[in-house]
Amino acid sequence: MSTETTAPATAGSAPEKTVITSWKAPIALGVFALLAVVLFVFTPRPADTSTFRLSTPSDVIQLPEIVLPTHATGIVMTVLLVALSAYSAWLVWQKRRVPLWLIVVFAVLFLIAFLAWAGAGASIPIYGLLIGTVSLSVPLIFGALGGVISERVGVVNIAIEGQLLAGAFASAVIASITGNPYVGLIGAAVAGVLVSFVLAAFAIKYFVDQIIVGVVLNVLVIGLTSFLFSQVLTENTELLNRPPRFEQIAIPILSEIPVIGPMLFRQSIIVYAMYVAVFLVWFGLFHTRWGLRLRAVGEHPQAADTVGIKVTTLRFWNVSLAGAIAGFGGAYFTLGSVGAFNKEMTAGMGFIALAAVIFGRWDPIRATLAALLFGFASNIQNVLGIIGSPVPSEFMLMVPYVVTIFAVAGLVGVSRPPAANGTPYIKS
Amino acid sequence: MKLEIRGITKRFGALVANDHIDLVVEPGEIHALLGENGAGKSTLMNVLYGLYRADEGDILLDDVPQHFSGPGDAMAAGIGMVHQHFMLIPVFTVAENVMLGHEPTKAGGRLDLPTARAKVREISERFGFDIDPDALVEDLPVGVQQRVEIIKALSRDAKVLVFDEPTAVLTPQETDELIEIMRQLKAAGTSIVFITHKLREVRAIADRITVIRLGKVVGEASPTASNVELASLMVGRAVELTVDKGASVPGGPALVVEDLSVINPRGDVVVKNVSFDVCAGEVLVIAGVQGNGQTELTEALLGLQERVTGRITLDGKPLTGRSVRQILDAGVGFVPEDRTEDGIVAEFTIAENLMLDRSTAAPFVKAGNLQLDYRDQFAREKVTEFDIRTQGIDTHAGRLSGGNQQKVVLARELSRDLRMFVAAQPTRGLDVGSIEVVHSRIIETRDSGIPVIVISTELDEVTALADRILVMYRGGIIGIVPGDTSRDVLGLMMAGEAPAGTGAAA
Repeated sequence: MSTETTAPATAGSAPEKTVITSWKAPIALGVFALLAVVLFVFTPRPADTSTFRLSTPSDVIQLPEIVLPTHATGIVMTVLLVALSAYSAWLVWQKRRVPLWLIVVFAVLFLIAFLAWAGAGASIPIYGLLIGTVSLSVPLIFGALGGVISERVGVVNIAIEGQLLAGAFASAVIASITGNPYVGLIGAAVAGVLVSFVLAAFAIKYFVDQIIVGVVLNVLVIGLTSFLFSQVLTENTELLNRPPRFEQIAIPILSEIPVIGPMLFRQSIIVYAMYVAVFLVWFGLFHTRWGLRLRAVGEHPQAADTVGIKVTTLRFWNVSLAGAIAGFGGAYFTLGSVGAFNKEMTAGMGFIALAAVIFGRWDPIRATLAALLFGFASNIQNVLGIIGSPVPSEFMLMVPYVVTIFAVAGLVGVSRPPAANGTPYIKS
Repeated sequence: MKLEIRGITKRFGALVANDHIDLVVEPGEIHALLGENGAGKSTLMNVLYGLYRADEGDILLDDVPQHFSGPGDAMAAGIGMVHQHFMLIPVFTVAENVMLGHEPTKAGGRLDLPTARAKVREISERFGFDIDPDALVEDLPVGVQQRVEIIKALSRDAKVLVFDEPTAVLTPQETDELIEIMRQLKAAGTSIVFITHKLREVRAIADRITVIRLGKVVGEASPTASNVELASLMVGRAVELTVDKGASVPGGPALVVEDLSVINPRGDVVVKNVSFDVCAGEVLVIAGVQGNGQTELTEALLGLQERVTGRITLDGKPLTGRSVRQILDAGVGFVPEDRTEDGIVAEFTIAENLMLDRSTAAPFVKAGNLQLDYRDQFAREKVTEFDIRTQGIDTHAGRLSGGNQQKVVLARELSRDLRMFVAAQPTRGLDVGSIEVVHSRIIETRDSGIPVIVISTELDEVTALADRILVMYRGGIIGIVPGDTSRDVLGLMMAGEAPAGTGAAA
């Protein structure tokens, strides 16, 4: 860390600022640039060209395939990557910040080079990569929205994982019994709320440590659903664990936009509900009375109390609402993708959603983008597995988690959580 | 509106915080509630504001009994409060803070910010405040934040306004402005309850004075009463308002600070290019309004700050770049500003607290083992020497009163072999009796030939202790002046005006 004074002091103005620069970014970029040199320049692939496909076979507007010479692409991209990391090092040397665009450009270039290298000789379905990204992000985004609401109101929500899993279980069973996936969706939300009730009761009413309650709840839900799955569901699969799935609904015209059409508008009803939810949570938080009071309670509960806001009640109901949203997202596992409940099928998605909350700085839009990034990282492993990549798929399984750690630890920078997040409000 | 409090009693377990308190505030009257820290003033006001439920007694507004179940009810009845610790949300704008709790909305539950802004502007204009409704509260100086609190109360049509220790965070000039605002409010017919322990202010503005001690009303006084009369009523015995100290016999410069700058983690330059020295056997008081870099400067002296440039030497040996341990071993004694947070470990016993910073070597630790017998003997000696009022050395430090906690800290620091002594806000929140003890210990330390630095925001304390006064403003030194400088000059310096005739970098 090093510092430099940028502005001369003038009496009566705001305090003088300096830029505190960090070598974190140049070092990280340098490591990846080095990796690029080793892989893309000195580890040539047997095939000469890499093909990128942008359109699905059923698209009305067909974009041509892009064919790139593998080794040449690798070398050009590597040179650019090395140049970018050198530029970032120079910026820090000059006591300036490394801008976000530089990191984004670096990531995109690295990705293109990596795909060209890994998919040499094969044809890489870019559309599949993008469609899958949105699908895989759905539970993450719902979970993150639940996390944003809960943490903004001042209760740390470690139990997102449990809420997702409870939602997945309840939606599978209820949709199977009723034969109606919409009823299953409601069941998922109710299950999420029930998990939240426990969190809210212990954390808000009895001041139990929120982290501990959250962790215990996750374990409880895993245990309970696994028990019911093996003892009840597997015995009566036809009746209890064969829910109808939501069909994909293509939105006319919009779904025909090249590249982004299939990605955004050829999805199931849960995905469309997600778009609405993201907008509503964002609008609600920052433009309504509900959001203002919710944020006030999460920042300074005593101040909220002194203007007549009932802190504990507000916290209780909003933590419950957060559970409903996360539970709703859990339904995606059963009604949206797999089509049946399975043991521990959320596989840590709730924790990634929590990371998205932090990476997204407790903002619903940013958290959604963060969730999409994590979804993309998960999906790249799927796609490379299909086209046959030189990197072992077990290794690629780590990618989403590595991206999560890098994102949360390295790129978040100075972010400020709600001031009263995690602190119970105890009136003396 | 007429406010009447009848026989209010509030107990916390065995402690009776308010014992049958009666108080009448007539419409358009400024009624001062005078009492020491811990006398029960704030408890009474929290009962009035609906934050606490009284065990006995009634609150009447215009002779109508009120039953508040929360602050919402109190506000609806016309009671507003300007809290000692502002009840503002730092990351919200002024308008958002003012509207919170009674938000105007448009169709669809959308916040009506234009209406809220207009309200802020309207009230600001009435009192001649210059406040931008869209400014973030955390960016505003404390004096302005207080005005936001006043606007907040007035926007709810408060007829009775309670000011809880409003001048604690203000410069003398800001205090004068606040008193002017209170006069304006009074002229507009608002009843005001003014809680304070500062005698000067009470006499400047109050129409009537009620004195509270240990939870009971001990008397009424008129604003014409003298300081000594009010103080003895407040404390319950005759008090020494000045510190008994002889002239200092300064030696050569012991601590020399050259061109010291401190940058906080957010990148703000909180202390900039500060140079001064402290001689052996003198008290240098660093004065200034809270938040002008004193805390960071003190922490830099102790090695607690990370980004420090410049040089600090004690008796010719450098302190910069040393660890806190090395600095303590160099003979620096330190009384931190936040006693309960940094001064003691509340869950440790008195004996453990007394050896906190000596756990590295003999005689307290030998071969990695605590020498419990020595520790206890040492603790018993110090408890007697410093008159720490406790049941025993095994009492948890957190259960002591503020004054006795501070005595524990002083005992620990002063019993080391000191080359320099730094005391930050040494009497904050203490009763008058403890203040006397702390002050005389500081002067004793000075007289034994040790350089002493006291950081204080209270002008009374500054003038009582100082041989020289260094005033900080926005991270820099506005001037270093003799200890007998008048309060008016000090007040102006604290507001950023360099004194005439003295160089700013003296």
